[in-house]
Amino acid sequence: MLTLDEVSYRYAGATRTSLRGVSLTLRDGEVLGVVGRSEAGKSTLCLVASGLAPRTLGGTLSGRVLIDGADVVARAMHEMASDVAIGFQNPGTQLSGVATTVYEEVAFGPMNLGIARGEVLRRTESSIDALAIRALVDRDPDRLSGGQQQLVAIAGLLALAPRHLILDEPTAQLDPAGTRLVSDAIRRLAARGASILIVEQKVDLLAGVCDRVLALDEGRLTLEGPSETVLADPALHALGVAEPSPVRLRRLASEAGVSARAIELALGRVATEAPGG
Amino acid sequence: MVDLLLESLVHVYREGNVRAVDGVDLIIGAGERVAIIGQNGSGKSTLVRHLNGLLRPTSGRVLHDGVDAAMSTVAQLARSVGLVFQDPDRQIFAGSVRAEVEYGPRNLGIRGEELRSAVDAALEAVGLESEAKTNPYDLGASRRKLLALASVLAMRTPVLILDEPTTGQDERGVQRVRSVIQEAHTQGRTVIVISHDMRFVAEGFERVVVMRSGHIILDGQPEMVFRQDAWDQLASTFLEPPLSAVIGDRLGLGSTPTDGMLIRALVSRG
Repeated sequence: MLTLDEVSYRYAGATRTSLRGVSLTLRDGEVLGVVGRSEAGKSTLCLVASGLAPRTLGGTLSGRVLIDGADVVARAMHEMASDVAIGFQNPGTQLSGVATTVYEEVAFGPMNLGIARGEVLRRTESSIDALAIRALVDRDPDRLSGGQQQLVAIAGLLALAPRHLILDEPTAQLDPAGTRLVSDAIRRLAARGASILIVEQKVDLLAGVCDRVLALDEGRLTLEGPSETVLADPALHALGVAEPSPVRLRRLASEAGVSARAIELALGRVATEAPGG
Repeated sequence: MVDLLLESLVHVYREGNVRAVDGVDLIIGAGERVAIIGQNGSGKSTLVRHLNGLLRPTSGRVLHDGVDAAMSTVAQLARSVGLVFQDPDRQIFAGSVRAEVEYGPRNLGIRGEELRSAVDAALEAVGLESEAKTNPYDLGASRRKLLALASVLAMRTPVLILDEPTTGQDERGVQRVRSVIQEAHTQGRTVIVISHDMRFVAEGFERVVVMRSGHIILDGQPEMVFRQDAWDQLASTFLEPPLSAVIGDRLGLGSTPTDGMLIRALVSRG
């Protein structure tokens, strides 16, 4: 369980406060989505919740960040590494820079945690399969396309088998199938009891993967609730957040005076299949 | 205005011996709006980097208005083709937003009033006019991405290539990218976009080129590429049609790759 209690944060040298009095609880096995316009504080929330800010980034934090009830300030950085994993927006930042093959890159995290070799290999294999990157295992991580690097970076996070996982736009560069693999992997990890916080602009992905969603605006928490309620809330539009495709199509149909029945019928029929963008 | 022609283009990366582009023939006429889609690693970024000479073919040719690009330097090609990278941090280096946007046109020899107005127009197009003095690294990732777009816009090249311009953008950011493309199109410029956002592609482009493993497997209007009989081919390169196309098909309305087409079809059916 990860808890933020009245957390405010300002970056070193900044005049603006990036997070203002944010309180939230991320329960074991829960997937929490975060939406909001650009520079609303979403990435900052990721850095604070993972303990990287202020510890490595400096800046000023007030309020408390608790992992399983223990204040992160009181914990050593190496302890944090096995508690919380964070996936950055830019996979180039994420990759170790020392592994010469994708296989080594995926294994890098668990190796560093000092996990037994057999277990490292097992996790590496299953993460590679989960993200369908078997064909890339012998390639140099620096020579992959942007999307391939993103899949490799996420495979590396899965191999850590983190109890808390924080993801900042994990599918930004992924094709629709890659996006689906990531969302399936997130659900499986949560089913095993991990708590996951995910920032995304792709609201269709959030609708499929999150239990709860919260919205940030100018560093404040403005909406919070079950995923289907928040993502259908008309207030989201004013917060600069796109609607999920089914919500948007229902609205457009009603604005055009089309009976909602036809759309509902078709949505019901496609619900069990692959929803597109 | 510039017509682009790719002739039997092959590109093999020496590291790992990867055939990223494996025999592509493609003609893009001046003023076209073309979206290139396909799974991660299907060769899209490699392909477009040949258009401005950042990469040179392993075999095959790239022609700009009939002239082999092999005869031109990257600096010469930069006058006609502007490319915005997927990752803005590969591109940004100046100390202020204004200096960043000035760099490209200045390098093309533009000075004085013309330079000032090119920079102003580009900053305004992406909504950064009030940030001219800001250090680029004080902008968030999504606005740095818009800055990278502005610095290429300011060069006023006849061909504009955008690699994944909407990633990380909120709704307003996506809208800005749409209007930049619309404006460039109105001016008669060629716009080539790489994107995984199928709705963005279907709504903003007359022509969609689909790639798989270094080959072009589909090339046509959104109505053709997202039509039901092409879905298997889309799936073979890890893509899915927009939801409006799926609904239109389920309701027997024909090919409706955009929200607008679906709603119009519903209205006319009554």
